[in-house]
Amino acid sequence: MRYLIALIFALWGAVASAQDWEDRRVFNPGASGPVLRILSSTDTAIFAPLIDAFVQDNPTVGVEYFVTNTGDIDRRFRATPKGFDIVVSSAMDLQLKLANDGFALALRDVDHPPWAQWRRSLFAFTAEPAAIVINKAAFAGHAVPQTRQDLIAALRERPEQFRGRVGTYDVRQSGLGYLFATQDSRASETFWRLMQVMGGLDMRLYCCSGAMIDDLTDGTIAVAYNVLGSYAAARADGADAVQVILPSDFQTTMMRTAMVSAQTGQRDAARLFILHLIAPTTGADVLPLPPLPSGTSDRGTIALEPALLTFLDKLKRQKFLSEWEDAVIQQ
Amino acid sequence: MDDVAISGSLRQRLMFGLVLGAAVLGVILFFAVRSYATQVAQRGQDGILAASAASILDAASVRGGVVDLDIPISAFTMLSTPADDKVFYAVRQDGAFLTGYRDLAGPAAGDGGQARMQSFEFQGDPVRAVTASRTLIGLQTRSAITVTLAQTQDALAVTLQQISRNAAFLGFGFFALAVALSYVAANAAIRPLERLTDSVARRGPQDLSPFEKPVPAEMGPLVGSLNSLMGRLDMSLQQSEDFIAEAAHRVRTPLATVRSYAEGMLQRVDRAENRTAVRSMVRAIDESSRAAGQLLDHAMITFRADHLESQQIDLVDLVQTQVTQLSPIADMKDLELRLHADGAVPCQGDAILIQNAVRNLIDNALKYAPAESVVDLTVTATPRPTVVVRDQGQGFPPDNLDTLALRFQRGDNAKGTIGSGLGLTIAQDVAQAHGGSLVLANQDTGGACVTLSL
Repeated sequence: MRYLIALIFALWGAVASAQDWEDRRVFNPGASGPVLRILSSTDTAIFAPLIDAFVQDNPTVGVEYFVTNTGDIDRRFRATPKGFDIVVSSAMDLQLKLANDGFALALRDVDHPPWAQWRRSLFAFTAEPAAIVINKAAFAGHAVPQTRQDLIAALRERPEQFRGRVGTYDVRQSGLGYLFATQDSRASETFWRLMQVMGGLDMRLYCCSGAMIDDLTDGTIAVAYNVLGSYAAARADGADAVQVILPSDFQTTMMRTAMVSAQTGQRDAARLFILHLIAPTTGADVLPLPPLPSGTSDRGTIALEPALLTFLDKLKRQKFLSEWEDAVIQQ
Repeated sequence: MDDVAISGSLRQRLMFGLVLGAAVLGVILFFAVRSYATQVAQRGQDGILAASAASILDAASVRGGVVDLDIPISAFTMLSTPADDKVFYAVRQDGAFLTGYRDLAGPAAGDGGQARMQSFEFQGDPVRAVTASRTLIGLQTRSAITVTLAQTQDALAVTLQQISRNAAFLGFGFFALAVALSYVAANAAIRPLERLTDSVARRGPQDLSPFEKPVPAEMGPLVGSLNSLMGRLDMSLQQSEDFIAEAAHRVRTPLATVRSYAEGMLQRVDRAENRTAVRSMVRAIDESSRAAGQLLDHAMITFRADHLESQQIDLVDLVQTQVTQLSPIADMKDLELRLHADGAVPCQGDAILIQNAVRNLIDNALKYAPAESVVDLTVTATPRPTVVVRDQGQGFPPDNLDTLALRFQRGDNAKGTIGSGLGLTIAQDVAQAHGGSLVLANQDTGGACVTLSL
C-alpha cells in the first residue's frame, strides 16, 4: 500500500512538473521574500521589461511567470486557485467569470476608473483593438482592404491566391478568439459572411496569436483576421513584412485584465504588482501594448459587465460554436 | 419678581414638549422614509431581475424535443450596476439542471410560473434571487423550463446608504424646522401673559379697575380672579377711606363745640395755672381739629384724584387767592407772604385739588418759618406750570427727605409744632394725579424749598 501511495505521488509529481507551458521564466531568482506566481496569456518577451522593473523596485520579491493560452489559463486556475497569485489574460469574458465566481480578490484601496475595473477585483491595463493583418507582398499592386466588406470583396476577387492562405483563431481553442468572434457577431452580420467566405478558402485555424503572426510574416498566409494588431507590431521581426489594418467599419477592442487570486498567500506583494501594472508610468509606458484611453472608454471597447457571461453559457456557446463550424468548416 | 418663588418656566416647558415631540417625529420620519425607500429600491431590483428572467425564458424553445436556449445578451446587460454586482443563474428543465450554476437553488416559482423573489447567500455573497418558469409545448412533449437568476446587492447597499443619509437629512431638517416653529409657537402662546404682566406693571398706584381687554380662554379664570381680587381691594380701600372721612367728620364737629366751651372757660378762669392748662387744652383741640380736617382733605383728594375734574385755570390767580386767605395767619406770626409771578400761568387741572395742595405748602412754610421772615412764592409757566415755596426756617432734615411725603411722616425737627404729617402727602398726591411731581429740597442759604410742578 505504502509503495502504491509513493508511486502515485511520484507519478503526480512527474505529471505536475511536466505540465507543458508555452513559456516559463523566473525573475529575480535569489529573492529573499515571497515569489509571485503569475499565470498569463501575454508573451514573456512583452511582459519581461515590466516585471524586471517591478523586481528592481521590490528586490525582495521574486516572480515566476507562466505563459499559456487563455482557455488553458481558465482551466488551470479553476483547478488550482491556490497555485497562482496573479492571473493576467486577454480573454475578458473568462476573467470576468472567474471574478464573478469568486476567484478574484477585491483590492478595495486600488483606484482605477470604473469602466476599467470590475468589482475592484479585475483591473484592465491595455486597450487593444482586433485587426486585420496582411502580408504586404500578397497585396502588392492591389488596394489594401480597409473594412470587412473590402476584405470580403478582395477574397472573392482572387480566391485562388488566397486559398489556404487566410487564417484566424480557432474559437474552439482560443479564449481570445472566441471573445472577438462573439463580440463581432453582436456587432454585425458581416462577421458571418466573412467567416463563410474565409471558410470557403480553406481557412487555417490557429490556437494562438504567436503562431498566426509567424505564418503571416513568412508568407505562409496572406491575411489574418481578428489578430491583435499591437501584438503583431510589437514583434519587430515582422514589422516590415506585415501591415496592420484597423477596420474602419467597426472595431472590437479588448482590454487585457489582471486579477489577484482570492486564495493567494502573497496578498501584499500581489497588490504591489497590480499597482505597478495599472500605473501608467510603470505599466502602460513600459509595455509595448496600447495603453488604456485616458478619460472614458472608447467606443468599441468591450465593456466589463455581466453581459460577457452570456456567451460563456454552455448552451449558448454550443450554439455559437455549431454556427461557427457550419460557416467555417465547409466540407 | 424678586420676591416671587419661581418654579420652572412655561415657555421652557412648552418648548421642551414641542422639541421632544419634534425629535420623536423626526426619528419616526427617518425610519418611515428609509423603510419606504428601501422597499421601493428593492422592488426596483426585483423588477429588473424578473424582467431579465422573463427575457431568458422567452428565448427558450423546443426543437425536435430538445430545449434550445439562447440567453439574450440584454438579459445580462440590464443587470449591469454601478457597483458591478455579481450575477448567477441556473436553468432547469423539469427540475433537471440544464445550464448555469448547478449549485444555485432559488425559491420555487409560482403556480402559473410567476416570478418569486428570495434573499439568501450564495458563494459567500448575500444575493437577491428570482425564479420564474414557463411551460414549453413541443410536438409530443411538455416541459417546464425554470430560470433562477441571482444578483448580489452591492449597488442596492450603496443606494440604501444614500437613502439613509437623505432620510437622515430629511428627519433632521424636519426636526430643525419644528424646533424653530416651536420657538415661535411658544412665544406666541406666552405673549398674552406678557401683555397682561405689562399692563399690570404699567398701572398707576391707585388704579384698581378691572382688566377689560380680551384674553385667551385659558387666562380667563386668572384674569377673572385678579379682577375680583382688585375689586375687593378697591372696595376695602374705599371703605377704609370712607371710614376715616366719616370718623374725621364725626370728630370735628364735637371738637368745635369743645373748643368753644374751652374758650368760654378761658374767659372765666382767673388763676394763672388754670389758664395755662385750658390754653394747652385749646391747642390740643386745634391740633386734633386740624388733623381731622387734613384727613378729610386727604380722603377727598384720593377720591378726586381717581375722578379728576380737569379745567382751565390760572395758577397765579389761584396762588394769589390762597395768599390772601392765609395773610391774616401770616400777620399773626409777623410773616410776610411774597408772590413772584410774571403774568398769568394758565394750566389744566382740578382747581380744588391744587388749591388744597398750595394751601398745605403755604401752611407748612408758615408753621416752620421763624418770626419776622419772608416766605417767597414763585409761580412759573416753563417748562411746566410750577409753584415754588421757599421759607427761611431750618429746612428739612436731610436724612428723611425721601420719606417726608409719606402719610403721617413728620420731620425729626417737627416736634412741638402742630401737624398731622399729611400736608406733604396731600401735595404729592395732587401733583401725581396731575402727572407732575413734588420735590423737597433745602436752600443753600438755609430754609426749605418745595417745588410743586404739574
